[in-house]
Amino acid sequence: MNKSSTAVLGETTPRERRRLLVGTRGVDATARGVTLVSALSVLAVTGWLVVELWRNSALARHAFGLRFLTDRTWDPVFEKFGALPFVYGTLVTSALALLIAVPLGVGAAIFLSELAPRRASDVLTFLIELLAAVPSVVFGLVGIFVVVPWVRTSLGPALRSALGFLPLFQGSIYGVGHLTAGLVLAIMVLPFIISISREVLLSVPNELREGALALGSTHWESTWKVVVPTAATGILGSVFLALARALGETMAVTMVIGNDPRISASLFAPGYSIAAVIANEFTEATGDLYLHALVELGLVLFGLTVVLHGLARALVHMTASKAQAGGVRA
Amino acid sequence: MRWRKTVNALMSGVTAACALAAVAPLVFLLGFLTWKGASSLNLAFFTQLAKPVGETGGGMANAIVGSGQLLLLAAIFGVPLGLLGGIYLSEFGGWTVPFLVRYSADLLASVPSIVIGIFAYAVVVLPMGHFSALAGGFALGVMLLPIVVRNTEEFLRAVPVSLREGAFALGTGKWKTIVSVVVPAGLQGILTGVLLALARVAGETAPLLFTAFSNHYWAQGWSQPVASLPVMIYTYAISPYDDWHRQAWAAGLVLLGLVLLVNVLSRLVLARKMAARRLA
Repeated sequence: MNKSSTAVLGETTPRERRRLLVGTRGVDATARGVTLVSALSVLAVTGWLVVELWRNSALARHAFGLRFLTDRTWDPVFEKFGALPFVYGTLVTSALALLIAVPLGVGAAIFLSELAPRRASDVLTFLIELLAAVPSVVFGLVGIFVVVPWVRTSLGPALRSALGFLPLFQGSIYGVGHLTAGLVLAIMVLPFIISISREVLLSVPNELREGALALGSTHWESTWKVVVPTAATGILGSVFLALARALGETMAVTMVIGNDPRISASLFAPGYSIAAVIANEFTEATGDLYLHALVELGLVLFGLTVVLHGLARALVHMTASKAQAGGVRA
Repeated sequence: MRWRKTVNALMSGVTAACALAAVAPLVFLLGFLTWKGASSLNLAFFTQLAKPVGETGGGMANAIVGSGQLLLLAAIFGVPLGLLGGIYLSEFGGWTVPFLVRYSADLLASVPSIVIGIFAYAVVVLPMGHFSALAGGFALGVMLLPIVVRNTEEFLRAVPVSLREGAFALGTGKWKTIVSVVVPAGLQGILTGVLLALARVAGETAPLLFTAFSNHYWAQGWSQPVASLPVMIYTYAISPYDDWHRQAWAAGLVLLGLVLLVNVLSRLVLARKMAARRLA
């Protein structure tokens, strides 16, 4: 690079120099074009994905309309496809996962960003990032052989004897079911809640903390009454992102939910989820309508992702700008 | 005041317990996989094909090679496009195009992987008429692309503007500046990002179920179904055979070990880079 730039500057005639410069401009224009096309390929792939999902679900969309989501019979033999049991299982397991993961995750994020000594925070953050990197099939493996037996022999009976008056905790305990899937999902989304909430908390300007401390509040008071409220919308954003993950999670849920398309009030009962039914039945789908019904389930998942992703982004963005504005004022 | 101090101490303890509870699953995972997996891990696992049901022994050599093939295909599809796209976002800029590309990249990265599988099925498997390594590689490539784009952009943005200005001041053209100044400065970070992205898609199972499918033998070429470690773990884990469960644990240990190794090494490199930047 050095050689050519001295060549451009020094040892050339004006004519050569102009040619070189024009040549560079041509190269620049080409480079701009090529990189632009590459960048647009992301947009194109996303668009293509939407088109394919839409096109390949046409038969099911026309045949069932909105009843697809509210009908509870899923009968490939008679080509009746109602996705309610899958929607129900997906929602129940995701809700359960969030119920467990949100308090834990937000607590951990507060500890890591506000209260922990620097070194401890670094090490724990590193380990949590590693947890996020664990493949979902590995969660499923441990789910099948460790969590399922544990729920069947320990957690389930304990819950039933303590809370058995609620319909949620009645009936026989198989080990596989909504409860187990919710537990595994909670562990899987936990790292996402923690790392995003932690970042949002860290983006709160220091002046706010110092102000609260100067007014005589304790560490916890400045955290809970000043920092967390400032970051609240962003934390909510992290919850939406976690929800999007939980709704679409496939392998771990498929392996522990029991794969039984029934709607039951009990968390012990086996169920089914949208992603799990796609994973299990896609290769066996005979007939176009069947296949299109499964693709429509994929379309539903995609739609949910778009909505949740948009919401989460807006919320995190709002906090970031609010924190900045606060910093300027402070 | 004493009450407030007690609350302070108490809540520090509670949140610390939350953080420890979040880390505990990692310890359990590693513990169980090492305990159950290490005992079934032997040379045969890496060198032999699966034995028929009922015969003990055998291995997953074809799945290990298959995972490699799929990652290679994914990288061919996702990495060059991703690098160039990231260069555009960081260096050529503008407002509308980068905004749209960023938005769709983040969206694409958060689409459930099973949906990516449906997409690959629709655009590769249906036209070809059968499952293939190509379809699986395409699916993984689609997942790789947005991650590489965003990573590349981020690391190029972190390169100080003064380096670019220095190159321009010497009369260097825009592209030449990018290739010989900006990209080399961010290269370590970019490559680490690519490695991390590969480690992430290496563990994906859902998009392979109905694209690459699986295979009990060595794959005959790129247009045939191919076995992969994650799919093998899944099929072996849900099978009723004890010997297959044993192999699933071994495969899980190998997969998790590789993924975590790449993660630990890359994050250490990145951390050191960050520290160096803070000093500079």
